[in-house]
Amino acid sequence: MRVYLDNNATTIVDPKVFKEMEPYFVQSYGNPNSLHEFGSETHPALRKAMGQLYCGLNADDQDDIVVTSCATESNNWVLKGVYHDHILNGEKDHIITSEVEHPAIISTCKFLETLGVKVTYLPVNEKGIIEANDLKSFITEKTALVTIMWANNETGMLFPIEEISQICKEAGVLFHSDAVQAVGKIPVDLKKLDIDFLSFSAHKFHGPKGVGGLYIKNSQPLTSLLHGGEHMGGRRSGTLNVAGIVGMGEALELAVKNLSFENNNVRKLRDKLEDEILKLDDVFVVGSRDERTPNTILVSVKGIEGEAMLWDLNKNGIAASTGSACASEDLESNPVMEAIGAEADLAHTALRLSLSRFTTEEEIDYTVGILNNAVKRLRAISSTYSYAPDWHDSKL
Amino acid sequence: MAKNDLIGGSIWEEYSQKVQDLMNNPQHMGEITDEEAKEKGLKLVVADFGAESCGDAVRLYWAVDEETNIIKDAKFKSFGCGTAIASSDTMANLCTGKTVDEAVKITNIDVEFAMRDNPDTPAVPPQKMHCSVMAYDVIKAAAASYKGVDAESFETAVIVCECARVTLGTIKEVIRINDLHTVEEITNYTKAGAFCKSCIKPGGHEDREHYLVDILKDTRTEMEMEKMKALADAKISGSSSELSFDDFTMVQKLKSVEAAIDKDIRPMLIMDGGNLEILDIKDTDDGNTDIYIRYLGACNGCASSSTGTLFAIESVLREECSPKIRVLPI
Repeated sequence: MRVYLDNNATTIVDPKVFKEMEPYFVQSYGNPNSLHEFGSETHPALRKAMGQLYCGLNADDQDDIVVTSCATESNNWVLKGVYHDHILNGEKDHIITSEVEHPAIISTCKFLETLGVKVTYLPVNEKGIIEANDLKSFITEKTALVTIMWANNETGMLFPIEEISQICKEAGVLFHSDAVQAVGKIPVDLKKLDIDFLSFSAHKFHGPKGVGGLYIKNSQPLTSLLHGGEHMGGRRSGTLNVAGIVGMGEALELAVKNLSFENNNVRKLRDKLEDEILKLDDVFVVGSRDERTPNTILVSVKGIEGEAMLWDLNKNGIAASTGSACASEDLESNPVMEAIGAEADLAHTALRLSLSRFTTEEEIDYTVGILNNAVKRLRAISSTYSYAPDWHDSKL
Repeated sequence: MAKNDLIGGSIWEEYSQKVQDLMNNPQHMGEITDEEAKEKGLKLVVADFGAESCGDAVRLYWAVDEETNIIKDAKFKSFGCGTAIASSDTMANLCTGKTVDEAVKITNIDVEFAMRDNPDTPAVPPQKMHCSVMAYDVIKAAAASYKGVDAESFETAVIVCECARVTLGTIKEVIRINDLHTVEEITNYTKAGAFCKSCIKPGGHEDREHYLVDILKDTRTEMEMEKMKALADAKISGSSSELSFDDFTMVQKLKSVEAAIDKDIRPMLIMDGGNLEILDIKDTDDGNTDIYIRYLGACNGCASSSTGTLFAIESVLREECSPKIRVLPI
């Protein structure tokens, strides 16, 4: 049996989405900007897809939803655009973010620091989220932008986006949210919330890879990242990815239709898996369930190094992930675990399980069995587990 | 970066079959109890290395025959990734049947080599080389415990890169001999820093006592100092042939000009009731060195100060210091 529990990394393309995309590869392959029927016959599908995006995010017609190649591009665009428009001219010099953002934000901020931008990386609390009140004290007259993720990719923890957006509005500071892990999993209503820029990516909600978007409130100015032709109203050049846009529109519509399924059925399976995991001795799950996206569990399994766990799970057909030491090229421990300030031990024992609406109960039951065996085997090998008698008395 | 690096592979694809088999079925995993050892008339040695907070920890058990110092049985327990488990298992296997003194000579490089499927292909990808280092360290800890000595005593040289076992002395030597300027060059020459990269700079997988960036900086500074000292010595002995005026720093240029003025020019001016001061010294884009001076006392306003006296000053400095000197009175 193969079980895919790494849906925060990427998801299966919904077969319905794939079916919608199919005509735009071999049949209607024209360039939408061309003055012939090959081009113009793509327009109805593109218009429909744009409608699906505006509807899915509940964006106003006066707002822009610009299709990009991925959320990394969207994030780069906002940060570098704000740098160009508000910092390079000396008007402002400061950006605020959190220390648990995705590398697409952190690395871009580090790059901007080399250009003289001051960046504040807000610390997170023991649940792995920032406190909205902390933010207030860091905003100055020179702050150009606040960029805070909506939901964390590792823990699934939801950030207080409404409060943050209010604080930014009151302070007159631009607010961007990397909503990659939120869109399609929880309601995102851009008429209700005052957010200037919002990034999202199709492949996180059963759409295709290589297509994402940036929401720009009120079509406000933001210098382009990609210069070239007059695509996307001149905001983002590059021949339109017709199949990708069609796929993203369809995927978002389906995801939004399935939000209650996500919140009930996916959550139920997630909770079932979490209940079973918590029956194990000496495990620790980050954050309470109602404060997380309904599909995510980040668990520390005492005495078992993350990659060793992935090895045993993978051997049995189960895909999960860990940000911990040995699994990644750069050998660093899970940055979110470190930011949370959890016991250093936890940083190397993190295991992330992320479900989707395609996950079945049978798969969860199978996973529980395999997980139990893996824990038994690896703890028998572990030199730290059996030699931590005090562990049982600790708060974790 | 090139074709093969652009789409990152899975590190698991780079594990040898032996590593994979040992990860799935370690042969020496487990414990040896005191009773078990005593039953066979052997001495139990238990040693730990690493910690869960570092991401790697291993515990090694030896049952040693005290008459012959031969390790009759070895077992391990390990917290770590699959390669750490496989390395620990291989290490325990390599210890078995050896004397304690022989076992201490087993290095992480031996452990990695023993896990290769064929002699030419590494058993693990570079960043995993680190996992076998622990296997080496825990042997030293066990031997130290058995012999009642300090584990440090088995290491005669300071090891900077544990993965490739490169010493501080070697690194300093290659920097000097080959006039290296970058850490990448050091890695190319010695393999230090090619594996887990912890020794390159602070903030890596584990904290180190020495980092390549610091060694490079310190050694370069030492080399600069030696060069300056050689220059100063050469001047004293009158054979300043090693470095020319062009290679001097601004301070050195100023000093050299001041010295020439004090020796050959100032005494003449003072005899006539005048003097001069140096206002500034600058290298120009066209390769000259401009010296800005101001005349003092009787020289100030003297007709020859912009003709004969100036030519005299300039020719002395061109002779003594550099033909590229221009003197500009203000």
